[in-house]
Amino acid sequence: MKIIKKAQSGSFESSDIIVLIEPVTEHTGRNIEIDSTVMLEFGDTIEKLITQKLDNYNITDIHLIVKDKGALEPTIHARLETAITRACNLQKGTL
Amino acid sequence: MKKKRRTMLYIPGNNPAMLQQGGVYGADSLLLDLEDAVALNQKDSARILVRNMLQSINFYDAEVCVRVNHLDTPFGLEDLEEIVPLQPDAIRFPKTETVEELAELIKIIEAIENKHNLPHDKMTIHAMIETALGVQNVFEIAKFSKRVDAITIGGQDLTADMNIKSTKDGSGIDLARKMIVMAAKANKIDAIDTVFVDVNDEEGLRNETEYAKQIGFTGKAVINPRQIDIIHDVYMPTDEEIRKAYRIMKEFKKNKKAGIGVFAIDGKMIDAPVMARAAHVLELARIDFDSI
Repeated sequence: MKIIKKAQSGSFESSDIIVLIEPVTEHTGRNIEIDSTVMLEFGDTIEKLITQKLDNYNITDIHLIVKDKGALEPTIHARLETAITRACNLQKGTL
Repeated sequence: MKKKRRTMLYIPGNNPAMLQQGGVYGADSLLLDLEDAVALNQKDSARILVRNMLQSINFYDAEVCVRVNHLDTPFGLEDLEEIVPLQPDAIRFPKTETVEELAELIKIIEAIENKHNLPHDKMTIHAMIETALGVQNVFEIAKFSKRVDAITIGGQDLTADMNIKSTKDGSGIDLARKMIVMAAKANKIDAIDTVFVDVNDEEGLRNETEYAKQIGFTGKAVINPRQIDIIHDVYMPTDEEIRKAYRIMKEFKKNKKAGIGVFAIDGKMIDAPVMARAAHVLELARIDFDSI
């Protein structure tokens, strides 16, 4: 899957996570930046979830920034899926 | 046992904090909202979030309903495609005006259920009446399908549709309220009253809830968890009602053992409808029928 355009999802509200995505030149790999209020405890988990999600969508080249405010796993999954589908122009049923 | 629906708490579908805490507020029903509480450019985001929350969050004893967008919007069909496979307790359909719309909705829901090998009798539908046309057709809407087990009134949209001012005494929508209750009662389903928008006016909320209860509403929609306790308090049966219900159910058990179906207490006949009402009173008072 190819990242076509910049996209974002989520918010800076408590229990949420904001995900920002932008396209990068082909074959430059994944550049992932994670910032979280619970970095020490859950930084590794967040990174694992991101990697899994990018693997699922077969995305190899991406610049992805997340700012987490203590989001639960279903929220992290949802915000990643929303940002990725928007960035790949796959989103459905929205304006 | 019949579900309690004294309160239905609206939870914006794109708000993770409120969604994950939804079950702890104590509302009888939760209404995860993909419609008016979600900005038009966040519909995809809310839909995905609500879908994930339905799969992973414990909402405890609350009935879980999802308000989808109307089918005449670009969002409604996609909402159903994502939500129906998860079979929440109910789908709330906004701005229901005709049985034809309802027929289309049910056809789509059942096609999705067929695709996922799901039964057609588990998830119910709440038809929301928010326009003058919907009020005119409410009886037909209420009786159209066994899947419709509640009718709700959307006061804000209804006043807008009628081009009248929304007032605290609700005089403009009083006829609509009574028509909706009557349609629901005639079809033995629940009627849920509209929200009380001023969250700081606790006395106003209590007065409006007392009126809603008096004219027959099963419960009331809630926009803030602070409103829940007041509404539950209004719907709580009185000591006298509880004592009477307890006595009816006790006599019923005794007579059932003796093979008697209809009996009398203090000279008044006790039959199935009276017993159903007594069981409901005990349930509201959280008294376990089996323990009697």
